[in-house]
Amino acid sequence: MALLEVEDLTVTYRTAGGDVPAVRGVSFALEASQKLGLAGESGCGKSTMALALLRLLPGTARFTGEIRFNGEDILTMPWGRLRAVRWAGASIVFQGAMHSLNAVQRIGAQIAEPIRLHSKATDAEVRRKTGELLEQVGLPARRADAYPHELSGGQRQRVMIAMALACDPQLIVADEPTTALDVMIQAQILTLIESLVAEQGISLLMISHDLSVLADTCDRLAVMYAGRIVEEGPAAAVFGAARHPYGEALAAAFPRIGDPASRRRPQGLAGDPPDPADLPSGCAFHPRCAVRLEHCDAVDPSLWPAGAGERRGARVRVLPDEGLSLVAKESA
Amino acid sequence: MSEPTRSAPILAAEDVHVEFEARRGGGRARAVDGVNLDIAPGEIVALVGESGCGKTTLARTLLGLEKPTSGRVLHRGTPLAYTSKALKAFRRDVQLVLQDPSGSLNPRHTVYDAVAEGLRIHGDVPNERERVADALSRAGLRPPERFFLRFPHELSGGQRQRVVIAGALVLDPNVIVADEPVASLDASVRGEILALMLRLRDELGLAALVVTHDLGLAWNIADRVAVMYLGRIVETGPVEKILTAPEHPYTQALLSVLPDAPGSPVVLQGEPPDPTRIPSGCRFHLRCPVLASGAAAAAGVDGACRGADLGVLAGGTATQVACHYALAVTDPAAAARP
Ligand SMILES: Nc1ncnc2c1ncn2[C@@H]1O[C@H](COP(=O)(O)OP(=O)(O)OP(=O)(O)O)[C@@H](O)[C@H]1O
Ligand SMILES: Nc1ncnc2c1ncn2[C@@H]1O[C@H](COP(=O)(O)OP(=O)(O)OP(=O)(O)O)[C@@H](O)[C@H]1O
Ligand code: SF4
Ligand SMILES: [Mg+2]
Ligand SMILES: [Mg+2]
Repeated sequence: MALLEVEDLTVTYRTAGGDVPAVRGVSFALEASQKLGLAGESGCGKSTMALALLRLLPGTARFTGEIRFNGEDILTMPWGRLRAVRWAGASIVFQGAMHSLNAVQRIGAQIAEPIRLHSKATDAEVRRKTGELLEQVGLPARRADAYPHELSGGQRQRVMIAMALACDPQLIVADEPTTALDVMIQAQILTLIESLVAEQGISLLMISHDLSVLADTCDRLAVMYAGRIVEEGPAAAVFGAARHPYGEALAAAFPRIGDPASRRRPQGLAGDPPDPADLPSGCAFHPRCAVRLEHCDAVDPSLWPAGAGERRGARVRVLPDEGLSLVAKESA
Repeated sequence: MSEPTRSAPILAAEDVHVEFEARRGGGRARAVDGVNLDIAPGEIVALVGESGCGKTTLARTLLGLEKPTSGRVLHRGTPLAYTSKALKAFRRDVQLVLQDPSGSLNPRHTVYDAVAEGLRIHGDVPNERERVADALSRAGLRPPERFFLRFPHELSGGQRQRVVIAGALVLDPNVIVADEPVASLDASVRGEILALMLRLRDELGLAALVVTHDLGLAWNIADRVAVMYLGRIVETGPVEKILTAPEHPYTQALLSVLPDAPGSPVVLQGEPPDPTRIPSGCRFHLRCPVLASGAAAAAGVDGACRGADLGVLAGGTATQVACHYALAVTDPAAAARP
């Protein structure tokens, strides 16, 4: 049994302008101590998916499907049980959270709060644990007395990671943990996350729109488009030779310094991201796809096995080395 | 407009220093601490470096938005005059492009008004509609009429960035200064915007200074790159040279931490350094891996690293590096000079 199993998850936001299907049938599994990267453009549903994992969605969201954490379904478990999972099982570093630290509270107190709430530790023990957590993320324990505005962006992001570690979780979900940080600080934070995850055997679900960062950090990659995973597989394989034209475009958009092919040739993807409230027919990617086939606007392909390493891809076209005979199944 | 020549820069910084008054407790911040930088007509120069190294301050100074504490900015060879009339004329030729998420578009203005604003400020009211349409289509928003009445929230991130660029293009400038034009855009949208900037250079001869901490961007579109560290340019030259065979340990470190860089990453520890306390000697020496590893000592330059300032690199297009070790390795005679 995998640590986390997501099966046919859908999330729809109800808005005044109509329903917004933000996640449209996502399935994947994350093994213990595994690192999965989730990539995709802005608005494709990454954060919505992350919030659903711990049932943190706003009241306007409707969801279906199953999210099993250690075999228990998060979406239906009783409130008390859910609290326990959020406390000791899995924690989230929210997107942009480093900007939402409480400005008038010392960071040590903010890290200590959940520990105080959930354990019977004495004040001295809480203080010691807080200091340890800060040291773990590379900040001196005395910085517990600092206020958020006295810290740089990179330091604040370290505080967020310390908070995520506070309860010794089995799983950390990190939503864009390094976006907007500069390259050197990004490298510091990524090495930190990698070493913490390796030392403590934590599983990681890392979300980013930067496929190169994910490929460098994670074991496996999933690429999301318009609320669906359209490709999944071993990180190097997906980044190096994507099966889905969207995955391919994402990987190609990353400039490879030194490669004459990308010199003075920035690669983008023409067309606009789809409007989730008004999705194209068939494969949602077809209006932007450079290699679309005749049926792409009619057939909505699901994820099929797409080669060695448990690769999966959602596409109408079949590559010779994918070794599958599933096209028949789809058109049946 | 004069014929572009490589020798005469259209925009230049000459030994520019910009200092800011002390913030509580600290000393004066030498945000830009001696910079020479030339931008030739039709040239794309990338200014790269860590957060806080002074990129935005230098860019703002080149735009006349910040007055240098010493040194000067030259526009087509003439020093900038800081009167509002002179600056207004200057800005027709040199336009700023900011990143939209930083709020450069007013949420209550339509696309049309956002782009027309520049024309109205400059009193260019005739042909307004035509010129707005033209700027929008040059920025890749076609057909332009379809976008006239839209509001920023009705556009995608990439489209908003194009509107910002159209707003800069509407006055037919010859230079744009773009501060992190694509930092928060998706990789795929980013590529589209960069392709647009290249096309504007090829088709209109538009020169650009692009401020970024993204070295891949420089590889994608720039001709030359200047690497800034703590207020100074520490290495500069053609993109191919600097990004594939960097000589400054700082540039080497920046390249080594990129996700798909070969070899093991040199992750510099600590926070970006503080312009109120610039170290003596080489300003990078407290974090320099070459000094820490003993390589600088082996080359006999460790004393210089700690004690001898490297001076300000000249402008122009030549490859230059401000590092005692690099100079000793490539040009031992130069390093031997005190
Ligand atoms: N609370 C909400 N109410 C209505 N719609 C929402 C809500 N939150 C998100 N959406 C919409 O759902 C879709 C998915 O949003 P989500 O935040 O999950 O995307 P994302 O992939 O995380 O994007 P980004 O990379 O910009 O963070 C978008 O179209 C978004 O506008
Ligand atoms: N108005 C100001 N008053 C005082 N200090 C300032 C001012 N503007 C900038 N600084 C300081 O000058 C230094 C350079 O800032 P600048 O914004 O130019 O850096 P940058 O390279 O653009 O950084 P980033 O990549 O984060 O945008 C920083 O240490 C900053 O704190
Ligand atoms: S001058 Fe010395 S300290 Fe400075 S970068 Fe070169 S080797 Fe390092
Ligand atoms: Mg998100
Ligand atoms: Mg800046």
